[in-house]
Amino acid sequence: MLSWMAWTWPTALVFIFVFSCIAILAVIETRSPGGDERKGVLGLTTTRGDRLFITLLGSAYIFLAWLGLVGTPLWGPLGIAIAWGVFCFWKV
Amino acid sequence: MKTENQKAWLFVLPVLALVAFNALIPLMTVVNYSVQETFGNNLFFWQGLDWFENILRSDRFHAALGRQVMFTAIILAIEIPLGVMIALAMPRSGPWVSVCLVLMALPLLIPWNVVGAMWNIFTLPDIGLLGYFMNNVLGVDYNMTQSPTAAWVTIIVMDVWHWTSLVVLLAYAGLISIPEPYYQAAKIDGASNWSVFRYIQLPKMKRVLTIAILLRFMDSFNIYTEVFVLTGGGPGNSTTLLSIDLVKVALGQFDLGNAAAMSLVYFAFTLLVSWLFYTIMMRDEE
Repeated sequence: MLSWMAWTWPTALVFIFVFSCIAILAVIETRSPGGDERKGVLGLTTTRGDRLFITLLGSAYIFLAWLGLVGTPLWGPLGIAIAWGVFCFWKV
Repeated sequence: MKTENQKAWLFVLPVLALVAFNALIPLMTVVNYSVQETFGNNLFFWQGLDWFENILRSDRFHAALGRQVMFTAIILAIEIPLGVMIALAMPRSGPWVSVCLVLMALPLLIPWNVVGAMWNIFTLPDIGLLGYFMNNVLGVDYNMTQSPTAAWVTIIVMDVWHWTSLVVLLAYAGLISIPEPYYQAAKIDGASNWSVFRYIQLPKMKRVLTIAILLRFMDSFNIYTEVFVLTGGGPGNSTTLLSIDLVKVALGQFDLGNAAAMSLVYFAFTLLVSWLFYTIMMRDEE
């Protein structure tokens, strides 16, 4: 039924990861409502959802920049993206 | 214990379903296409991230992106100040308000493909009113099918004609929401017209102008129909903006993997700038 969407395991895993993150945030939100709003180092008031968005958007740019400037393999940008995610949830 | 009414979630469901069908599922499909090669017949072959590497290093992509950024920058630089100036010049009360508002709304009501076709005929050197006037009355060599400069001037003027009204209407809405006592206080203080604009009108219009810039950025950065109908991306590739190039790759060449990777990079740009505008807007509100 979904063959027209041309699914592959790697792309499916990416979406499973993103939707899992959103689901985890939803569960945390039901237990601790309010989104853990705070003012971070970038001077922005962010909630947990904002921090996830900034993490994902920043990671996309990290991977694109690496692909454009260096190329594959992508272990380097993966490490940088994880570090960026940790920084976002810790300080932003 | 306080019980919360969760029925609101049911009312959100239709929107979620709509977004899923018109945005999320197509986006996921594009992501899937971007890592594969297809020759039709629903057969796909794994390609990895080759398309992304090709796109990010392609001169053709860089040139189209440059043209797109230039187009957006030019029309924002013209439409925002022009829209504010027209809004300032419009009457705030009386019978002319309705006339002005209707006149301003007219270009917005015309479908995009009709705007392109209209300007195409309007600028033809032999039968178009503007084209004939420029060539035969003013003696200016104006032919947008041959000269890249003429083509650029035409697409910019067309966009300004079509969309400045939106900025006008938003700026006007911001202006009429300013309470009269602000103006009275400024008059008592002997403030000049410039001071009234700088310290009362502009700060009060800031929010609507941010929305206007955001809307005009997104629309102009994704513009396709008007420019395609008017110039078809020519002469040569001079007005081949990113959106036109994308459609050429996807439908003209049926290079779906390449086009999918290109559209995801394009999407990343739009998303980043939109997020920046939104963040600035929300920060100002705080």
